[in-house]
Amino acid sequence: MAGETLTARPRVHTKPADTESAEVKVSVRDLHFYYDKFQALKNVNLDLEDRRVTAFVGPSGCGKSTLLRVFNRIYGLYPRQRAEGSVMIGGRNILDRDQDLNALRAMVGMVFQKPTPFPMTIYENIAFGIRLYQSLPKSELDDRVEHALKRAALWVEVKDKLRQSGLSLSGGQQQRLCIARTIATEPAVVLLDEPASALDPISTAKVEELISELRSDYCIAIVTHNMQQAARSSDYTAFMYLGELVEFGATEKIFTNPRDKRTADYITGRFG
Amino acid sequence: MSARVRRRSAVNIIVLSLSVATALMGLAFLALIGWTLVSRGLAAINIDLFTQETPPPGSRGGLANAIVGSAAMTGLAMLIATPVGVLAGTYLAEYGRDSRFGSVARFINDILLSAPSILVGLFVYGFTVLPMQHYSGWAGSIALSLIALPVIVRSTQDMIGLVPVPLREAAAALGAPEWRVMMSIVWRAAGSGMLTGVLLAAARISGETAPLLFTALNNQFWSTDLNAPMANLPVVIYRFALSPYDDWQQLAWGGAFLITFAILVLNILARLVSARSQLKV
Repeated sequence: MAGETLTARPRVHTKPADTESAEVKVSVRDLHFYYDKFQALKNVNLDLEDRRVTAFVGPSGCGKSTLLRVFNRIYGLYPRQRAEGSVMIGGRNILDRDQDLNALRAMVGMVFQKPTPFPMTIYENIAFGIRLYQSLPKSELDDRVEHALKRAALWVEVKDKLRQSGLSLSGGQQQRLCIARTIATEPAVVLLDEPASALDPISTAKVEELISELRSDYCIAIVTHNMQQAARSSDYTAFMYLGELVEFGATEKIFTNPRDKRTADYITGRFG
Repeated sequence: MSARVRRRSAVNIIVLSLSVATALMGLAFLALIGWTLVSRGLAAINIDLFTQETPPPGSRGGLANAIVGSAAMTGLAMLIATPVGVLAGTYLAEYGRDSRFGSVARFINDILLSAPSILVGLFVYGFTVLPMQHYSGWAGSIALSLIALPVIVRSTQDMIGLVPVPLREAAAALGAPEWRVMMSIVWRAAGSGMLTGVLLAAARISGETAPLLFTALNNQFWSTDLNAPMANLPVVIYRFALSPYDDWQQLAWGGAFLITFAILVLNILARLVSARSQLKV
């Protein structure tokens, strides 16, 4: 039974509206990850479903951010990092040597811990990603930018200052700008690496609200240190410890009736 | 306890007064130079300075040919050094970071940064003036560009190094290819810092004398021919200031004031640009 929670896709859903089983978007098998000689992920197996939010929790250094950074192979920017195993996205193993990294990253968007607005206007921040893969007429590009900003619940706040620098926004707005920028390219998967940890409570609430909004369209993976956040905004929770996926299941179950003692200890705050 | 506090405050007072005194001493010399330059230089500023050529001793004249020569050679030197310096600095900061070649190049660049400018002048003399058999504006520009180059390389490298890693990752995470991350994000974020470096390099070379003595030499007459010896402010100041003629010395003061003023303007511009920078140093 314990083995089942480790690898099997959970069938229990937290929200009644979602009882039909969802399509698997990301399928991780026998994943190992190394920073040079140090092994940061050990034999990770799990599936991420479409239109679900999967939260990754665990103490610092447990490998949850590393795992996220495998999904878009952003680790590939650094020469001494490597992954073994398979991560199936869109029907192919993205760890393959001949995987087009830019195409992969266009399909798997990522939002970082600290807001990273580009040094350009709010409009250009959104248009940047769209222009990489599509050349659209101005009116259509305008529509896409507006749509993305609306989707990220930022439109009302910025619609009159699209020509101002993205850096002129507040931290919370900058983070929503980054989320808008990520979804503007219509990715299949959205990775959020502690997206609210640098924000104040009100901005955090807005970002969380946004995440649950986006849930209806995307496969979302979020790394968080905030247990309440994981409990509130995710469908599935993965608890990681020392590079291993200790327990993976429906969020409700992980938080109310965890199988593993380490999970129980962590979520109740007894270690970490 | 109180003895210790007394001792500490005594040490504090001594060190503080010493540092204030040395700062004042430095400023006093600077003020003295500034005052002499302004009072003697301003007196030499008139319309002839900008319209007449450098005169033979005893007749009226100005510095027009030297001003134009300096501007032309400095401008050309920057046109050569800026693209090369920016590209080399980008390579060293971004791609040659971990390679042996990169670290050797960085080391050599740092040596060039403090190389005596007279050596640069002699070097350029050896490979342009000697084979061409004559001094030229080209040779002067090349010598100046070699002095500007390491400054630009170093400042580009430092500014690119300040661009936060998450910003690059964010651009790469959108699927932007490496060259686009560099040109659209990194250069843009580091842009004003890089421009500051370019302006400071221009300021640095606009006062250089030694490299021009061996390369552009001087020209008493109006000339915009880069293939011929070219007049320039530093060499004219050097010649005229050492001459026994009052009117030449007067022109040298005027030239010194002009150069100092131009360097001041470049420095102020550099400060304004870097104040607008998005990277906080």
